[in-house]
Amino acid sequence: MIDWAWIGDHLGAIGGRLLQHIELAAIALAVGFAISFGLAIYSVRVRRAYPIVTGIAGVLFTIPSLALFSALVPVTGINTLTVEIPLVLYTLVIYVRNIVSGIDSVPAEVVEAADGMGYTQWDRLRRVELPLAVPLMIAGLRLASVSTIGLVTISGVLGQAFGGLGFFIFERPTFATEILVGAVGSITLALTADLGFAALQRRLTPWNRREVGDEIATSGRSAAPGLTGM
Amino acid sequence: MELLSAVTTWFADPAHWAGPNGVPYRLAQHVGISLASVGIAGAIALPLGLYVGHTGRGQAVAINLANVGRAIPSLAAIALVVPFTQMLDPQLGFFLYPTLIAMIVLAIPPILVNAYAGVAEVDRDLVESARGMGMTEGQILRRVEIPLAVPVIVGGIRSASVQVIATATLGAIYGLGALGGFIVEGVAQRDDGRLFAGVALVALLALGAEGGLGLLQRRLSWSRNP
Repeated sequence: MIDWAWIGDHLGAIGGRLLQHIELAAIALAVGFAISFGLAIYSVRVRRAYPIVTGIAGVLFTIPSLALFSALVPVTGINTLTVEIPLVLYTLVIYVRNIVSGIDSVPAEVVEAADGMGYTQWDRLRRVELPLAVPLMIAGLRLASVSTIGLVTISGVLGQAFGGLGFFIFERPTFATEILVGAVGSITLALTADLGFAALQRRLTPWNRREVGDEIATSGRSAAPGLTGM
Repeated sequence: MELLSAVTTWFADPAHWAGPNGVPYRLAQHVGISLASVGIAGAIALPLGLYVGHTGRGQAVAINLANVGRAIPSLAAIALVVPFTQMLDPQLGFFLYPTLIAMIVLAIPPILVNAYAGVAEVDRDLVESARGMGMTEGQILRRVEIPLAVPVIVGGIRSASVQVIATATLGAIYGLGALGGFIVEGVAQRDDGRLFAGVALVALLALGAEGGLGLLQRRLSWSRNP
């Protein structure tokens, strides 16, 4: 049932869509991290702001992406910005939660030792808390990359110019081969990103070999409103 | 403001409340498919998570399974099964089964990980003393571990439900009406009232599930810490 000849004839198009997929996801992941980093640092300093920030980001996450992409068209037109705004918004709740819990996971005695050594609040953040928060930040990057790669497929509703590999899912709903290329391609890309960042996580934190602990921390008691993409 | 009035006008039209394309019917469809998929996912993931959490066996398998499940984009999951389910049943195989299967895949990871983590996090001293009191393994699980883990377990069901409610809208691309139908039609017909009415309904349903299950989660907590 798979038309291999079609795949052979369209290798160039598949490669191009793969690159587009990676590009659209990478921009959103980078911009989303920058915004979330600011929001997270602010939430750590001003604790009252944290539930408000995660509350708003959580509500944004419940907006169906199909709707958000389409709803932006009258406002921003059909261009890369229209694709990136929802993608960035969906990363916020994942990143902010993970960065804040990363900073919170720093043991109190370490923070006190830093204070005792005369660190200013800023130095303590930069030289003690942030480095120790790296494992959870990368756990956030893993979740956000998987979610964003999935969401890029849905930008195909904006027309043929977007969608990355999702383009193949939308183009002809009755042609199994093309749908499978889009679906298998985006799943493979998401899994590759997940494994890649997991490897990075282990390299950056050789002292923390227990991956299980990270998993619990990312989906623990507070139960993030949503972590996989739609 | 123009948008707000378009949405209110849309909701005020009695024609939008009747028939198989009306709000009540599609809301019921949406709730139905969400309940079914979270229910089936729970039936698969809860026993598995409790077993792994209690015995500590198969941790790596469960975590990796959950990670793989999390990495599957829902649109891809729906699209992936369409060709197969369509062969089984040309009618339901196109609009119902693909979405249902994709939503089950989406709901399993959070339920599995939280069930596992909730039980595994229970103080080992408590479990040891229960064992010392002569409880069987089944009793330990039922009377000690599950009651203590219940808030975390419900937390997993809560995130699964919210994700499924928001994501089930994608089924509309393949003709499963539900609330996504309003969004897909609104886009196709450039009818902002219909589009945003659909968005509002989905968001309200998702927030309702989040709030309701969050309340349940707090009520079931033994230690009422903040």
